[in-house]
Amino acid sequence: MSAVPATVPVKRGETEGSYLEDGHTLASWLLTTDHKRIALLYLGSITFFFFIGGIAAALVRLNLIVPQGLLGSAETYNRLFTMHGVVMVWFFLVPAVPVTLGNFVIPLMLGARDLAFPRLNLFSWYLFIAGGAVTLWALLVGGVDTGWTFYTPLSTGYSKSHVVLAAVGIFIAGFSSIATGLNFIVSIHRLRAPGLTWYRMPVFLWSMYSLSVLLVLATPVLAITLLLVTLERLFHIGVFDPAVGGDPLLFQHLFWFYSHPAVYIMILPGFGVVSEIIPTFARKPIFGYKFVVWASVSIAVISFFVWGHHMFVAGTSLYSAILFSILSYLVAVPSAIKVFNWIGTLHKGHIEFDAPMLYALGFVGLFTIGGVTGLWVAALAADVHLTQTYFVVAHFHYIMVGGMVSAFFGGLHYWWPKITGRLYPEMWARVAALIMFIGFNLTFFPQFVLGYLGMPRRYASYPPDFQVLNVLSSAGATILAVAYLLPLAYLTWSLIYGKRAAANPWRATGLEWRTPSPPPTVNFLETPVVTTGPYAFGAGDRMHHHA
Amino acid sequence: MMLSLPRASENAAEVDHLLWALLIISAAVLALVMALLLRYIVKYRASSEFDRGAEAQKSWRFESAWTAATLLIFLGLFVWGARLYVRLFDPPRDALTIYVIGKQWMWKVEHIGGQREINSLHVPVGRAILLVMTSEDVIHDFSVPAFRVKHDVLPDRYETLWFTPTRVGTYRLYCTQFCGVDHAKMHGEVVVMSPPAFERWLAQNGGAGDLAREGRAVFLRFGCGGCHVGTAGEGSATVPAPSLAGLYGSPVPLAGGGVVVADERYLHDSIVDPGREVVAGYEPIMPSFAGQIGEEDIVKLVAYIKSLAPGERP
Repeated sequence: MSAVPATVPVKRGETEGSYLEDGHTLASWLLTTDHKRIALLYLGSITFFFFIGGIAAALVRLNLIVPQGLLGSAETYNRLFTMHGVVMVWFFLVPAVPVTLGNFVIPLMLGARDLAFPRLNLFSWYLFIAGGAVTLWALLVGGVDTGWTFYTPLSTGYSKSHVVLAAVGIFIAGFSSIATGLNFIVSIHRLRAPGLTWYRMPVFLWSMYSLSVLLVLATPVLAITLLLVTLERLFHIGVFDPAVGGDPLLFQHLFWFYSHPAVYIMILPGFGVVSEIIPTFARKPIFGYKFVVWASVSIAVISFFVWGHHMFVAGTSLYSAILFSILSYLVAVPSAIKVFNWIGTLHKGHIEFDAPMLYALGFVGLFTIGGVTGLWVAALAADVHLTQTYFVVAHFHYIMVGGMVSAFFGGLHYWWPKITGRLYPEMWARVAALIMFIGFNLTFFPQFVLGYLGMPRRYASYPPDFQVLNVLSSAGATILAVAYLLPLAYLTWSLIYGKRAAANPWRATGLEWRTPSPPPTVNFLETPVVTTGPYAFGAGDRMHHHA
Repeated sequence: MMLSLPRASENAAEVDHLLWALLIISAAVLALVMALLLRYIVKYRASSEFDRGAEAQKSWRFESAWTAATLLIFLGLFVWGARLYVRLFDPPRDALTIYVIGKQWMWKVEHIGGQREINSLHVPVGRAILLVMTSEDVIHDFSVPAFRVKHDVLPDRYETLWFTPTRVGTYRLYCTQFCGVDHAKMHGEVVVMSPPAFERWLAQNGGAGDLAREGRAVFLRFGCGGCHVGTAGEGSATVPAPSLAGLYGSPVPLAGGGVVVADERYLHDSIVDPGREVVAGYEPIMPSFAGQIGEEDIVKLVAYIKSLAPGERP
């Protein structure tokens, strides 16, 4: 597989029409090496998985409406929350922004014709689909009941569910992540347009770069961990199961060595998306560009050294707990820096409130709540009380759903005109953004209180005095479900009935806006040359506009 | 609806103070972020004719200021959280030891006096309680929100948890580490009683028994004295093994170098995995008793070994 040079001599014949017109057969999609078409293949796939995981979440919330559990079966409930976690983490949150928006936008932002390894990119999608299919198979034949965390020796010996099949599915999908990360790293190193120096790159590219480093370094650890779980379960080799001489804490160390960086794998792309949207709709360069950029890089580095904070009550040593507590506070500093810089970007801006901006502002608010509650669980004695309760569930959903999913929808709306060549209905999009924000808070805020009161997570039934808060949470989930179905409806509608989009409907500054919407297969008719830093909004951009 | 959680231990009040501080700091940060956000999006909305003047350019000063402020607050929280946490590793010497065994899906409790209970734990108020905990199968977690404590309960290992109850009452006990199908059923209650009431409870629930005495029976049944001569006085010295009298709490020099204190964990591990920490000067010939002696019997054995004063031959 050879790298595509940044400057491709453009043949006249290739410039006709957009990438969407370039072939209408099934093969022209399934065998494409065009990063833009692969991004759409991924978009379809992750949307599918998002709704599978969403249905599981809906059933979980349905069960918890009554204290004894509406579904009446703990076994079913356990399989549902495991399915929710497995599908959402590995088949939506981890890949969502990188493989859809990243895949589509990275080469365009770089001024390149494609990613460095177009065929590897297609292969990554097939790996993702294969991994997803095996995991879905595991769910269809009966599911898994260990939680997405697969703690040993429950997963290796005691669970009577399809642990091996699910582990193999995630194992396969992991290689898709690794290949994607590798592809992005090489592309960003090798395919930048003339004049696009590192410090002229949009923050989104920096985020994708940091994320890719995490994908490449952390995912192999997950792969080997799941492989060991599989071997232990099948052959009792004695790695994790104390009954045959293994150590269950070893599993937790290995698992969180991947899964903590994975939290940042999920949220770094969100940072990147929001760092594009806020300057565009404030019509100002991002405040403290270099701080925002290096905050991403330091998060990527420090996130490898905080895994132990998942184990403060697990039976690790006092010294390790103290070390991991202080490192966890350190990793929160760059995140705080980012929040302040986004606010600084708004200062003296000319702020427009189109749907992407509403999602981005929602992201800042919800991520801040997720972030400050992270300070609670990083404080050792507080974590002893709060860990394994609904407080933790609320905390990470504020980061993952309030943060990452808001950013994903923001980015999807922001680049939708570029991807499809159509404008989405602005009013509906604003309404959806608002409903999503309200539904989200109603779903997850009560869970902070439940957690403080001591309600453990992963309980199929619970004491009756927790019911009111649980009903509130389930009511919020209903609103949230509506909010997620809305974009599915109006974005699909816009594919046919949406107004044609101009090349740069937001009057944004990235290279991706310097080519038609939707872009031609070769991306740029002439290789663009970069002469300024990112977010160079001229005075003319400050006029009012009505999209 | 219950919107408050009882504070029933010394630790609970102190953890709540920390949580209050966290709540105030979180609310202040959130208020600051929201206030700035709302102020800017109103004041600098595109349709506003407000004169922007020159943009704030010098970002170094701002960046170092908020980085330093953030770091300082974070360090304070770290120190506060860590100070309370350190104590959880340092139970008072006179704490009352109670053994807890988790299994799918129940809690079994054994008192030193031989009293047993399932899914409940009776303790006297005002006295430090040290739980020595292990699991018969998967990982569980012993959690009492009213005391603001929890700790994982691992198979093949002893973990400890201690607290001093300060209020008489009945409090919830949960398993908070997902442990399989009926995880949500693995809950119970902690009953904190006045000392006289607790004594009465002990007397009414098999006070005749004695965990150490039962442990001696296990010791004899498995023929431990055959090798560990000088412990209970029986058997003949065919194999040299260290005496167990006065062992508990004393430093043990290891064959591989280093010294460990013979606590519950060491005694437990030396029964199920004797090759791990061999006493200096002895051959690693003791067979593992893992799977042969149940955790409940090991608890009795440990209680028996603990009861042996130096040189004692019952």
